[in-house]
Order: sequence, then structure tokens, then C-alpha cells
Amino acid sequence: MRRGSLFLSIVLSLLMVLGVFNWSAQASEDVIKIGAILAVTGPASFLGAPEANTLKMLTDEINSQGGLHGKKIKLIIKDSGANPEKAISFAKQLIEEEKVFAIIGPSTSGETLKIKNICEKGKTICISCAAAEKIVNPVAKYVFKTPQKDSFAVRKIYMQMQKMGIKKIGVVVGNTGFGKAGKAQLEKIAPEYGIEIVISEVYDKKATDLTALVTKLKAKGVEAVVNWSIVPAQSIIAKNMRQIGLNVPLFQSHGFGNIKYVKAAGAAAEGIIFPAGRLLVAEELPDDHPQKAVLMKYKRDYESRFKEEASTFGGHAYDAFMILVEAIKKAGLDKEKVRDAIENMKGFVGTGGIFNFSPEDHNGLDIDSFEMLTVKNGRFVLLEQ
Amino acid sequence: MPLVFCIIFDCIMNIELFFQYVAAGVTYGFIYAIVAIGFNIIYNTTGIINFAQGEFVMLGSMTAITLNAFMPLSLAIVLSVLITMLVGAVMEILFFRWLESPSVLRMIIITIGLSIIIREIALAIWGENVRALPYFTGNEVSSVSFAGVHISPQVLWVVGICSVMVVGLQVFFKYFRYGRQMRACAANREVARLCGINTKNMVTLSFVLSAGIGALAGCVVSPITYSQYNMGVPLAIKGFTVAILGGLGNSMAAVAGGLLLGILESFSVWVMPSAYKDAIAISIMLLILFFRPAGLFGRKEEFSLKEF
Repeated sequence: MRRGSLFLSIVLSLLMVLGVFNWSAQASEDVIKIGAILAVTGPASFLGAPEANTLKMLTDEINSQGGLHGKKIKLIIKDSGANPEKAISFAKQLIEEEKVFAIIGPSTSGETLKIKNICEKGKTICISCAAAEKIVNPVAKYVFKTPQKDSFAVRKIYMQMQKMGIKKIGVVVGNTGFGKAGKAQLEKIAPEYGIEIVISEVYDKKATDLTALVTKLKAKGVEAVVNWSIVPAQSIIAKNMRQIGLNVPLFQSHGFGNIKYVKAAGAAAEGIIFPAGRLLVAEELPDDHPQKAVLMKYKRDYESRFKEEASTFGGHAYDAFMILVEAIKKAGLDKEKVRDAIENMKGFVGTGGIFNFSPEDHNGLDIDSFEMLTVKNGRFVLLEQ
Repeated sequence: MPLVFCIIFDCIMNIELFFQYVAAGVTYGFIYAIVAIGFNIIYNTTGIINFAQGEFVMLGSMTAITLNAFMPLSLAIVLSVLITMLVGAVMEILFFRWLESPSVLRMIIITIGLSIIIREIALAIWGENVRALPYFTGNEVSSVSFAGVHISPQVLWVVGICSVMVVGLQVFFKYFRYGRQMRACAANREVARLCGINTKNMVTLSFVLSAGIGALAGCVVSPITYSQYNMGVPLAIKGFTVAILGGLGNSMAAVAGGLLLGILESFSVWVMPSAYKDAIAISIMLLILFFRPAGLFGRKEEFSLKEF
């Protein structure tokens, strides 16, 4: 490997002396390298695939407008398959070998928590597309995230339950970083809203049938079920509940925001309630809503290029990328200055909400960035209050 | 001990709940059983464990899903079963038939290699996406109830089709010429050959048969579990344990073993957190094998004669 690259560099420098490769050598210095670690394949591919598409689309858009400060963006996407070990080695590779300007991603909370320290030590900006609150609490200097915090999602769900008069609930989560973090938040916040969790269960992220688990929920006499996961089990639990005749409301996390989960659950998805950013219901927003223009543009661009419906996950990548672009525009090409620019950014309108970062808050979104949505006739709609 | 009393008490208190767990277990039990029978058929004629058995299940359901876009469901399933049988035949003819008195280990390693190749090809064709066949009757929310037990109609399809397959295979092995010839091979390959049975064809036939039943099982279970290019691996592991549990080579024992494992898994969720489901099922199985190494229904003398 080393000998190969040595040989290559000798040849290249010879060519450079001859002036043959002059332009390409220059070009490599004239790009801004942005790394991305995304779960393009694997169990979280409903997250990573639209995120990767979004980044490609935005890179092309920025580059066609002449790039940033006269330099083109070079996007390096690494597919982690939602595997934290792979995410770790990609993070090291991007920071140490590629010397990227910043890292977008990873897609999942488990992966992000594993690379949080690596980015911190490598002094490289990391804008995660994952939800768990632990990513930004405690705050790490170089780590930001764009999806709404899971504690806000939990509060939003509990507020809805209070309105519906629900007191006894069952909690089921997948055994991923996202699921476990969600379970902890659900259990911690429940007493504040007078809600009792009568049963709390973890299932395998690869589970293909949860009939026995929902039978257990039924036996406990729960008034509602909250499922917290990002795997296809989100669809499976909906089916299994209806099949065994457990007809109580099903709440999902903000991880449900891809229409593919609805398609997989078919008729069983009807009536599922979950908190999400406004992207999924962009058309329904009033025209004077501050996010409307951003949401509609992203949605139209994405859907016309990739021929599939935009999801909140692609939106998280959009926010991460555009926040970075905004900061580079403002602060130039110095990593430290760009980091400071992100930390002090106020009023940035993204797909997830309006971001107001501060040294204490590396997420920048408040609870109002969530809407409660439900599924009606196979589509996401605003839940009527 | 108090735990056992708790369970018994719970059962008496709530008989509906009891049967609900049984129903959940039976669905999976039958799928495990069919995969185990696939193992057994090939084991009987060749003495090997075909680790590509789970891939037949995957191929069957994925092919049916693709074909279903162009034709009615029933036709798509029949065609996909036939295609998977063809794959089974081609596999045997290309990789096993020409081997001169191969060792058991060598053939097993070939099947492991084939399972990886098939999975990778499936990944290239169908990608990572999770797909599913439509429900045969009703849809995702349909539910039929018997005396307070609610189940999806698809469960009845799984139980029904798998039972028909099991009975059909028994009839085939007892009363049909090829079936009897396959049994002769299983009893003693050398003697069967001396009696004029073409043992090589019987081996091909065994691959075709287990590919066929695996594919059909894959189709009926697809609406419940979804299908993906790598769905075969966990099924093969469970099917293999069930085959061992029942006693390798015995199809009816595989059915009993499958149902036992399915129901054990289901009840383990009742008493323990569901995260431990697999661990409990496998521990109980290890215990059984510790005390009955030939399987629940296998005899010791028979077991000692087997090559593997």
C-alpha cells in the first residue's frame, strides 16, 4: 500500500514537472472536502439512503453555482450500514487520511455516540443526522445535530396522551442506540405528565414478528402503546397489534417519518400518531409559514430528481449540509471560525425547524419544531387537534 | 419453582391469553419445521447438511414478489416454486453430481459457499429493500377470532399449507416409486445402488424437493415477516436446531421439534423480557440435547450409525 502510493506519487510528480497533470493537481487543492458517514444500506437504509441522495443533490447545486469562495465541494460518502464499528473506522479515515473539512452524519444515534469523541479529538466538525439527546448533551465542542431532540418528541407524545386521557401505557423499543435512548427518556419524563408505564420491553432490531410481545402488552391492559425504533419493526408492530385485536392508539417516535414504513404496514398504519418535522406535511402549511418556502423547494427538488417521496431523514441531511454551507459562506475556510459561526447561528430556517444554536445548545431546535402527525389513507397528515 | 406456579396460575386465570401465545408460537413453529424438513430430505440422501436451505426460502419469496407484479398471486407463487426447484437442481448438478465419493465435510463446505453466493446474487438483483407479498386473504389488519383468540388469516394459510406439505411428503415417501427409492437411499446408499436405483438422480431429486418446499414456505410466510435478501440465515439456524432437536433425518420429528421451539419462544416472552427470546429458546434446546444427544425422537443406536 505504502510502496504503491510512493510509486504513484513519484510518477505523479514527474508528470507534474512535465506539466501534464498540472490542472488536476491544482484541482485537488481547490476543493472543500466534506465527508459523510451514512447508513445507505442495512437496517437503517430508510434513513441513510435519502440522506445520501440529498447530499449529492445539494453538492451538485452548490458546485453548479460556482462553489464556495471559488472552491468546489468534494463530497465523500461512506456507507456504514448502520454498523457503529464501521462508523468508527470511517470517521478515523475521513479525519486522518482524507483530512475532511467536516463530517455530515452518521445516520443513527448509536454510530454518532461512538464517533463523538473521535471528532472531538480530531477537531473536526461533525453535524449528526441522528436524534438521541446524548449526542449534544453533554455538549461536545465540535459535535452538532440537526434532528429534533428525543426528549421533545417524548413530551409532544405525552402532551397528546394527556389530551386523549391516556394514563396507562406500554413502551416497546428496538435494541439500538436510538431505541435505548428513547426508552430512557420515555421512562424519565412519564411522571411529569401523570402517565404510568405499566410495561417496558426491548426487542431485537432484526425481529420479524412481534405477536408474542403485543400479546403481553394486551394482557397488561395498556391504553396506548409507544414504539421507539428505526427498523422495519415499526411496521411489524402495527400489523401484529391489529391482528391480535389490540385496538389501542399506537404512538411512534419521529423515526417513523418515511412513507416507506407506512407502505410496509399497509392498512395497519392507519391512525398511527407520531411527532415529526413539518416536511411531511409541507403542502398543508399556510403560505406565510416561515418554513414553507424551504420545505417546498427541497421537496420538489428531491422528488423530481429521485422519483421517490422526500422523508424527514433526507431533511436532516439537508439541514446539516446547509448549516455548514451557511457557516462557510460567513466565516471562510478556517475550521475554527466555521465552528464558531455554527455555534452562534441564529434563525436559520431548515426543514426540521428554525435553528438557534448557542454554546449550550448544539441542536438549536425547540419543541415547536415538532407537529403531531397521523396516517390517513396511506398518507401523512396533520393530526386534528 | 414459584415462577412455574405463576405461569400455571396465569394460564388458569387467562386461558385466552394462553392460546394467543400458542397461536403466535405455532406460526413460527411450522416455518421452522418446513426448513428442518428441507434439511432432513437432503440429509437422508446425501448425509450432509445443506446450509443453503435458508436461501431457498429467500429465493422463493423474493421471486414470487417480483413475479406478482406481472401476474396473479397464485400463479406467481407456483412459478417461483418451480424456479427455485430449478435452482436446486442446477446447484446439485453443477456442484455435487460430479464429485467422486466426496467427503461429508467437503460437501458441507460447498453448501456454505453456495449460500453466500446466492445471498450476494440476491443482493445484487433485489437490493437491500424489505418487501412483502400481499396477504392471501384480507389485509394487514384482518383478524379472525376463535373463542377470544385473535389471529391473522395468514396464520391459517401458513398452518394449512405447511400441514398439507408435511402430509404430502409422507404420502410421497410411502407410496410413490421415487419416494420409496429416496428412502432406500436414505437407509443404505450402497445397497440401493446395487438394487438398480439411480442414487445420483435421487440426490438431485432431494435438492429439488427441499428447494420446492422451502420456496413455498417462503411465499406463505412473506406477508407476515417481510422478505429481504438475508432472511435465510436466521431461518436456516433455527431450522437446523429444530432438525437436530427432533432427531436428524426424521420429518415428523422435525414438525414436533419446530412446534416445540416456536411455542417455547413465544412463551419465553410471556415470562421474561422479550430481548431474551432467542437466548431462552436456545438454552432450553441445549439442555434437551445434553440429555438426549440423538434428539427428542431419535434412537441412540440409529444415531451412532450416522456419518454426521
